[in-house]
Amino acid sequence: MADSPRSFQEIILRLQSYWAARGCAILQPYDMEVGAGTFHPATTLRALGSRPWAAAYVQPSRRPTDGRYGENPNRLQHYYQYQVLIKPSPPDMQDLYLGSLAAIGIDARLHDIRFVEDDWESPTLGAWGLGWEVWCDGMEVSQFTYFQQVGGHDCRPVAGELTYGLERLAMYVLGVAHVMDMPFNDPQSPIPLTYGDIFRQTEQEYSRWNFDVADTATLLRHFEDAEAECQRILSTPQPDKAGRAIIMAHPAYDQCIKASHLFNLLDARGVISVTERQAYIGRVRALAKLCADAFVQTEAGGGSAPVAA
Amino acid sequence: MPDLLIELFSEEIPARMQARAADDLRRLVTDGLVAAGLTYAGAAAFATPRRLALSVSGLTAESRSTKEERKGPATTAPAAAIDGFLRSTGLSRDQLETRADKKGEVYFAVIDRPGRAASEIVAEVLSATVRAFPWPKSMRWGAGSLRWVRPLHSILCLLVDEAGAVTVPLELEGIASSNRTRGHRFMAPSEFTVTNFDDYEAKLKRAHVILRPEDRADAIWQEATSQAFAQGLEVVPDAGLLAEVAGLVEWPVVLLGRIAEDFLGLPPEVLQTSMREHQKFFSVRNPRTGRIEAYVTVANIETIDHGATILAGNGKVLAARLSDARFFWENDLRLVKTLGMEGMAAGLAQVTFHNKLGSQADRVARIAALAREIAPFVGAKPDLAAEAARICKADLQSAMVGEFPELQGLMGRYYAAAAGHDDGVPEACQEHWQPLGPSDTVPTAPVSVAVALADKIDTLTGFWAIDEKPTGSKDPFALRRAALGVIRLVLGNGLTLPLRAAFVFARPGLPQDDLLAFFHDRLKVYLKDQGLRHDIIDACIAMPGNDDLTLLVKRAGALAAVLKTDDGENLLQGFKRANNILTQAEGRDGVEYSYGADPKFADHAAEHALFAALDRAEAAIRPAMAAEDFATAMAAMAALRAPIDAFFTAVQVNDDNPILRRNRLNLLSRIRATCLEVADLTRIEG
Repeated sequence: MADSPRSFQEIILRLQSYWAARGCAILQPYDMEVGAGTFHPATTLRALGSRPWAAAYVQPSRRPTDGRYGENPNRLQHYYQYQVLIKPSPPDMQDLYLGSLAAIGIDARLHDIRFVEDDWESPTLGAWGLGWEVWCDGMEVSQFTYFQQVGGHDCRPVAGELTYGLERLAMYVLGVAHVMDMPFNDPQSPIPLTYGDIFRQTEQEYSRWNFDVADTATLLRHFEDAEAECQRILSTPQPDKAGRAIIMAHPAYDQCIKASHLFNLLDARGVISVTERQAYIGRVRALAKLCADAFVQTEAGGGSAPVAA
Repeated sequence: MPDLLIELFSEEIPARMQARAADDLRRLVTDGLVAAGLTYAGAAAFATPRRLALSVSGLTAESRSTKEERKGPATTAPAAAIDGFLRSTGLSRDQLETRADKKGEVYFAVIDRPGRAASEIVAEVLSATVRAFPWPKSMRWGAGSLRWVRPLHSILCLLVDEAGAVTVPLELEGIASSNRTRGHRFMAPSEFTVTNFDDYEAKLKRAHVILRPEDRADAIWQEATSQAFAQGLEVVPDAGLLAEVAGLVEWPVVLLGRIAEDFLGLPPEVLQTSMREHQKFFSVRNPRTGRIEAYVTVANIETIDHGATILAGNGKVLAARLSDARFFWENDLRLVKTLGMEGMAAGLAQVTFHNKLGSQADRVARIAALAREIAPFVGAKPDLAAEAARICKADLQSAMVGEFPELQGLMGRYYAAAAGHDDGVPEACQEHWQPLGPSDTVPTAPVSVAVALADKIDTLTGFWAIDEKPTGSKDPFALRRAALGVIRLVLGNGLTLPLRAAFVFARPGLPQDDLLAFFHDRLKVYLKDQGLRHDIIDACIAMPGNDDLTLLVKRAGALAAVLKTDDGENLLQGFKRANNILTQAEGRDGVEYSYGADPKFADHAAEHALFAALDRAEAAIRPAMAAEDFATAMAAMAALRAPIDAFFTAVQVNDDNPILRRNRLNLLSRIRATCLEVADLTRIEG
């Protein structure tokens, strides 16, 4: 049995090497603001189409409404998710997952690990799947989902997705009560850093901006710009002057991600009423669907369209 | 007679689906076997989080052979007709028999179906069952197209007779049947073979899996109660949670933990809700104080540290949750103690109730005005009813209800009391939501009743005003439930509440008939469930004062009672006869015979007797009706039975003498009028 990790980053590193050893491509975080690791095109888009896929990555995730100025022991507006996507889902996906828990020091013979029903649905992505919340001694440590649909398309083959809430998982493994007290690097380092040393100030700054200062008129304009640009990119006629027929699924999807995050910011500013909320979610979902429609026509999406003429 | 054992082994099946799935497996497989010509002695199905199992005993070894004869076309029929017959029977022309018929030579197909081995049938039936299994939600996995509730891993399928066990061969998307299964995910993960059901159940137990859900539930409950007892405590019974937890574990291990002293000041309902909803813990209370002081969690594994790590982890999660709850509780209390419930309710102005019906604050103001008007009808002080109504939704703005929506109302009661309200106002904050369903209790405290009625009547009149009525199965605003709530509040408390007046208070100008008809429909459904016939209710709804539901039900009860008597039933027939003759005559003659019959034209003893009886009945019915003494009125009406019967026996109404005829028709009109004063008997069936 592996000995216990001593820091937040060691848990991440162990997950990276564990999944690398199981054949996943270790990707880097997507360079845009997203609400969850699922939004990374390596999950959303690659869950579509017939091509096999195996990837794992850390994704910084932003949920503006969860900001608590760094004061709440468990809540953050910026946190990390660890994401694994394997398509087709292997028959031993549950065992692979349990192996990853062992790798970070959770001994299944000593803990109570349970798969508790949780149907996953993302209204903004037009996606759903079935699976579980994984509980370790009564605490939810991961989500485990077999994707059935993304962007309105059936997933064939089915991708298996794992999402670890890294801070919560690490706090449990490291026995820390307040996230800001969690050692980020090794506590024996010459310069030991806690999570709070790195993120307390940013949590305060972003909480203030998210809740009070972000200019809603600007956010609204950006939302509409992103929506229009996404639609424009996908309706640009093919091919170009040089005869290249390139479907721009990823650039369009970037705009969909932007619109989704802008919606989250507007929500945190409290300017979206209950009835408007559904309409905004519907608009983002329409973009996600357009992007999915485009992606499945590309080579990576298993379609026949050539990447270049 | 072989026995059949089937196990479908998968990834974790949601607890709420297991019992139904076991039952479906038993039903679909046994129905399929019987349809294919097998019989069996008994069948039982079981579920654990990772498996559905079915044991069928006394199965026939093969289906009976059958012989079917089918008549075909004439031998002279066109080739196309004969080819069609060959296709439908699967025979060739030389296999057909030719027989003489009235019209000549005709083809006959004689199809011998030999008996089939049980093994072949089982494989077919099980494959079809798995492919068409009625899971509430199912999924695909990997690259396959098979659907199951979660990925299916193995199929055990055995036919067992004296000679031993034989695996029934079948394959579903690469999963081949076998005689092997696995035990507990962590405690006994290796494969093992089984030879029959008893062996299966016993080996599972050795491999730390209790097959029967009821055995797991019993084990959990016994262990939980005995651990609690050892500490002088008792487990709060919760059958729903017990069934759910029994579906989350294959090998239940009960652990009892203490709730830290810091959290014991929280209301017990908060502790219970938080522990049950978020963590599936049982609450454990101190029988002397009634306080919840501990919890029971059920793990799925035995560990070398006897659950110490598991209990510590669960305790930590619970402490984090209860810290949140205590933070909400203390903040909410501070708020209501400084700013009052009105301060807590301030935010309701920003919450939309419905975009055509304004904010929650608008709604609360309407409920308060209406509660004040309703108060005198329910014996509440108007000021208290209005006070309770003004604060009854405040807790929707509390942090606690934000986190635990199921505590709405209850938190209102705690916070109202903390803010200094009394005289039934805190209770009204909790009880005004009731009754929430057909079996929920009906509040009886006057202030609670006033606010509960005002809340529901405001909702109903509001949605009626914007034309958002329930249609068919669609009732998104639960208006049927609201109307039933009003009905149960009125009847349960014996209230005299004129609904039309309440509708006018609630929403001046709203047309009342349609909403009242909706109430009458709900009332019919409600009374039908209590065994009262719909036509009896209709007969009473047709009477004046039908917006007073208590009066209406009293009338219907009296009518139902009198119609059960011999006199009542015969009177009804007499009434109908009188009404039919009269209606026909009125239709034919184009006049209404309501001038009043005159006894001086009576020429028969029975006719005189009927006049006298009507005089007596009218004299008795009017004051009884005025006093709402329906039983007396109905009895007086039923007393007309003998004179009416005698009258029809002795007298011909449509006499040749027009004066006698007119007088008799007017006499029938008196019968009709007298009876209709009591109830509209024309609506009674039969």
